[in-house]
Amino acid sequence: MKVSLFVTCLTDTFYPRVGEAVVRVLEHLGCEVDFPAAQTCCGQPMFNTGCHADARDLAKRMIDVFEQSEIVVTPSGSCCAMIRDYYHELLHDDPAYAERCTKFVKKTYEFAEFLLNVMKVDLKRQKCKWGGGADGNVPIKTTYHYSCHLRGLGMTNEAVRLLEQIGGIDYVPLNKTEQCCGFGGTFAVKYPEISGSMVRDKIGCVKDTGASVLVCNDGGCALNITGAMHRAGMPITTKHIAEIIAEGLGLMPMEQRREARQ
Amino acid sequence: MSDHHEHPVALSKDGQSILFPSLPYDMHARAEAFIADEHIQTYVNRATLGRDNGRKAFTKQIFGDRHNDLRLLAGRIKQHTLDNLDYYLEQFIDNAEKSGAKVHFAADAKEANAICLDIARREKLTACVKSKSMVTEETHLVPELEAIGVEALETDLGEFILQIDNDAPSHIVTPMIHKDKTAVARAFVRELGAEYTEDPKELTTIARNYLRDKFRRADLGISGGNFLVAETGSVVICTNEGNGRFCTTAPRVHVAFVGIEKLVPTQMHLSVLLKLLAKHATAQPLTVYTHIMTGPKRAAEHDGPEQMHFILVDNGRTKILADPEYREALRCIRCGACLNACPVYRKTTGHAYGAVYSGPIGAVITPLFKGLENYKDLPNASSLCGACYEACPVKINLPELLIKLRRDMLSGRVTKWHERIMYKIGAIGLKSRFIYRVGGFFQRKMLRMLSKGGYIRKAPGPFKGWTIERDLPAPAAKDFRSWWKRHKS
Ligand code: SF4
Repeated sequence: MKVSLFVTCLTDTFYPRVGEAVVRVLEHLGCEVDFPAAQTCCGQPMFNTGCHADARDLAKRMIDVFEQSEIVVTPSGSCCAMIRDYYHELLHDDPAYAERCTKFVKKTYEFAEFLLNVMKVDLKRQKCKWGGGADGNVPIKTTYHYSCHLRGLGMTNEAVRLLEQIGGIDYVPLNKTEQCCGFGGTFAVKYPEISGSMVRDKIGCVKDTGASVLVCNDGGCALNITGAMHRAGMPITTKHIAEIIAEGLGLMPMEQRREARQ
Repeated sequence: MSDHHEHPVALSKDGQSILFPSLPYDMHARAEAFIADEHIQTYVNRATLGRDNGRKAFTKQIFGDRHNDLRLLAGRIKQHTLDNLDYYLEQFIDNAEKSGAKVHFAADAKEANAICLDIARREKLTACVKSKSMVTEETHLVPELEAIGVEALETDLGEFILQIDNDAPSHIVTPMIHKDKTAVARAFVRELGAEYTEDPKELTTIARNYLRDKFRRADLGISGGNFLVAETGSVVICTNEGNGRFCTTAPRVHVAFVGIEKLVPTQMHLSVLLKLLAKHATAQPLTVYTHIMTGPKRAAEHDGPEQMHFILVDNGRTKILADPEYREALRCIRCGACLNACPVYRKTTGHAYGAVYSGPIGAVITPLFKGLENYKDLPNASSLCGACYEACPVKINLPELLIKLRRDMLSGRVTKWHERIMYKIGAIGLKSRFIYRVGGFFQRKMLRMLSKGGYIRKAPGPFKGWTIERDLPAPAAKDFRSWWKRHKS
């Protein structure tokens, strides 16, 4: 299967390792991965702040850039949701783009969704192990942050289902799972008092799980939650599910802070 | 609107009227004050979360996979009614008048109150009992009644407590969500001369005894209306305390204040909406009293008012109706589910919205009612997480409406110029592969220079707000593209 990666601007800048993990996992599963180099951003920040003309331009740009792709996969739920929920609205009366837009939307997937629903992976059979100890079997308490934009994609527990296929992971659900972490783009900067109080609530829930690892599949949420945990002095590692799978399959070295995992 | 004269009650922490602050309204100070109030945080959080979880569990149990279909249907019923509102209004007026009720139309809050005051004067009414209604909050009726010598008493327990405590509702279903029983106990001692008790049962008994006497003597009963049925000319009110029934049955005159958007075509359509309302509001199968009233008392009947008046309130609604993009906001059946689901509401509580309607639906309709320039914060103070959309029984796409309001603020130049310029620069950077890379390079360099141990504790410029509350993880040394190049070569 030929897959194009839409890495997204936040992942490109802050979490390139996530992009790498996605590529390694997809290649391992037999996909032929390419990376259209002209890609920038899906336009979500522009759309959410109300700059709809600019968002429209960026949407067209995305459609142009990925025109030749069979399937587009992205490690960020919120960018995928932007494409699925709003591209049509931005472009439905543009004769040059309406139809191409529909095609583009149809072929775009969030990473976890793609693995489960399209690739139908079984990580157990692949012997994916991410626990501590020499053989990766010592359980590590791991929790998962549900990013709000997955709602728009109709995703509920895909990442958890993947986690449960991985050896050595002791999954502990988060309290108030569906409550937003308070990122919301400019919201976090413009309303720090509200956003800050939301993220403190969230990291409180993370702390209560007793987990040492937090899985978070969205660059925005990750920046927010990791930043808040760092400010609060909480020694918890944040990882994207793609990193855990890539490391668990031996495609990438176990990342820093291994000691925190043991 | 001469705010001072019309809205004399209830002061908040910042010395302004809670629901009618001076405009333009600035949300920050109030939001901060409520966030800092640990007491309020604890019980507003507990209450909203409880309700939200209750709704999810209950609707799932009752409707299963069909829940979404039902919401779609309900949304369509309301949307259809709104799209043909003139037709259904006419039908409603005809049928209501046939049943013996009198229908008045009020263009704004002032007119609505004036109609009611006229009735009170003409009929020489002196004692009013009132059932909870958001529209009369909107028109701020009670102080006006009192000003002409009509004693007006709120009879919904929560509203009653707020009234004697000189406070205002902070939730559209649970008006007293921001108060605990200690506050109630104190108010009862102070205002009613009761013995101090925190026992909910005893508190209710105190209120009940006090209210019973008032019900007996009332000659004017005022209610809102959850729905109006065009087919029959009826008004539907849903309450959990039975006070609504007392208000609309015992007094000689009944006046119902209802927003024009509350119409539904027929009883059959009503049944769809009633299926959803209580389940989304309070996770109950139905509200305890669902009261459908058609006309005043007929000759052979013992109970019921001699006169029944409808005051159909516009107060900005036709303006929203005229805009096809925002019209769907009027589908709202005021169930409060979006408030309970909203993480911003949970933190800031209702009074931070500086208006009668709070939460996500308030953030949408308040600026539409009162001007974007007056409520700049409301559409922006949202993370657009979508919990409200998922909660809404009539599928109002609240996040999308908030985004549209932001768009209109930008194009109407309500947004500050430096913010507009920043967005422009951002957009230019993202539209060109070259600028994106060069810009990204410098941004990474700069942020990495500011960071220590992988995090930035204090960032300048546009990131300042970020680091007030949390650290900013530093960008990676090399972007993904650099890795990709190596990977492919
Ligand atoms: S917007 Fe929807 S969820 Fe919110 S109060 Fe209205 S009907 Fe209920």
